[in-house]
Amino acid sequence: MVEKRGAGLWLTHVGMIIGVAFIFFPIWLAFVASTVEQQAIVRPPMPLLPGDKLVENYTRALTSGVNAPVATMLFNSAIMATGIAVGKIIISLLSAFAIVYFRFPGRQIFFWLIFVTLMLPVEVRIVPTYEVAANFGMLNSYSGLILPLIASATATFLFRQFFMTVPSELAEAARVDGARPMRFFFDILLPMSRTNIAALFVILFIFGWNQYLWPLLITTDPSMNTIVMGIKQMFPSGDDTADWPVIMATSLLAMIPPVIVVISMQRLFVRGLVDSEK
Amino acid sequence: MEKRITFKGVWLPLALIAPQIVITAVFFFYPAGQAIWQSLFIPDPFGLSMTYVGLGNFEFLLSDPFYRASFVTTAIFSTLVTVVSMGVALFLAVLADRLIKGSGTYRTLLIWPYAVAPAVAGVLWLFMFNTRVGVITWYLGQLGYDWNHVLNENEAMGLVVVASAWGRISYNFLFFLAGLQAIPRSVIEAAAIDGARFWTRFRTIVFPLLSPITFFLLVVNVVYAFFETFGVIHTITSGGPQQATTILVYKVYSDGFVGQDLGSSAAQSVILLALVALLTVIQFKFIERRVHY
Repeated sequence: MVEKRGAGLWLTHVGMIIGVAFIFFPIWLAFVASTVEQQAIVRPPMPLLPGDKLVENYTRALTSGVNAPVATMLFNSAIMATGIAVGKIIISLLSAFAIVYFRFPGRQIFFWLIFVTLMLPVEVRIVPTYEVAANFGMLNSYSGLILPLIASATATFLFRQFFMTVPSELAEAARVDGARPMRFFFDILLPMSRTNIAALFVILFIFGWNQYLWPLLITTDPSMNTIVMGIKQMFPSGDDTADWPVIMATSLLAMIPPVIVVISMQRLFVRGLVDSEK
Repeated sequence: MEKRITFKGVWLPLALIAPQIVITAVFFFYPAGQAIWQSLFIPDPFGLSMTYVGLGNFEFLLSDPFYRASFVTTAIFSTLVTVVSMGVALFLAVLADRLIKGSGTYRTLLIWPYAVAPAVAGVLWLFMFNTRVGVITWYLGQLGYDWNHVLNENEAMGLVVVASAWGRISYNFLFFLAGLQAIPRSVIEAAAIDGARFWTRFRTIVFPLLSPITFFLLVVNVVYAFFETFGVIHTITSGGPQQATTILVYKVYSDGFVGQDLGSSAAQSVILLALVALLTVIQFKFIERRVHY
């Protein structure tokens, strides 16, 4: 190994620690702010070590919040993120199965119709998409939060790639044994795709949880707000001082679920990320 | 690579693919079509009728100094976000790659910001630089620097760039680290034996070998800076001061929903669609090349 001893190694660790500290500082500060009282923040500089109001601030955020209780917003986010992840995985599995394992009229056209949507985020077509959702009466509803964000091809693309690597002998054996296509799908293909499904779930869950613009437009009723968009609504308009401890407690609550998902499924997630994006 | 073994049937595959096609049609193609259609009209102030103006909306947009300014803002913003987030990520990845022990711990810590939503990242950075209570603002004040991103355009831009880049470092770090670890040690050791110092090795061997990943990240980060940073900008500056941080996506939103100028907003959507399509093509060309490596 090259230059991996002595002062060089020390410097590397020091550099790494400085980097991690820089990356972590904003999160640490938010945590500290969520454990002190308002007085400690509005008279700067605020302390850099946690205070004793942790339970109080988080209870206040979860039960009363500013517009809607944060517990409600957390629940909405959980429904939205899970709905997007599960919905996208289901429709993508089915359509990738159809595209790889069947030859049917219009296959090529459907294939392109789906893949054109790759990488085109909802932000680009917000106004007309909003009108569609409004016409369907989807404002302030979970279906309105979930369905428009399912229309994307990334997951389909990933499953298609994966299905093409599955040895075709398996499909042939199933056919010789007289298994019907759906039987093959449920008994062989689905169990084989478990790792991919799990990795994709992590990525899509975070994608759904972190949505901002779409929930901002489609939920006008505070009881339907998601937590990520709800934080901004907690800032008072005009000159009133923001309730910083509650806002920071909410910010931490907003990042804890996706962070837990990422850290606990790190190995899977890193693989899934590298696979789905290349 | 085509799969030769297939099942028979026409209705089953059509039924399988139907959910995705229906959702894509309703929430993707129809709205995209609507955007193109609406971009050719100007609605009257009461929204009762539409006047056909052909490419009038586009001509107006392209001669509108605010829209042109927004283009420039977007270019500066996305360049800075990409350079900062990739630069820091590459630096950290090179350091982590030099460590045999402990790089896993650092990686776990560095992954955090990936899970933090852009809008939440915006709130965190706004808090640090808040003009009244921000810690960094206070310390800068002690040093004699008067930070005020609410009034100062450059400071506002700097803040949204740092907040946007911050959330992106983890992602770039993971890819760079994976790329660095895939470089054969023997190549680097051979260069070291020949007397090449660290910096020379990095410049002549490591960086060129990383170029496919660098290029991929370049495209992905530009797309991120174009679209996903909406949350950061909306929470920190709301496009201000004097539109100094109004990037294109933010303008679509502020003209369409706040300003209710649907024709112009639709035309802007179409321009954005074209831009993303271009980026997608570039990326696909790139993927094709990578496959042939």
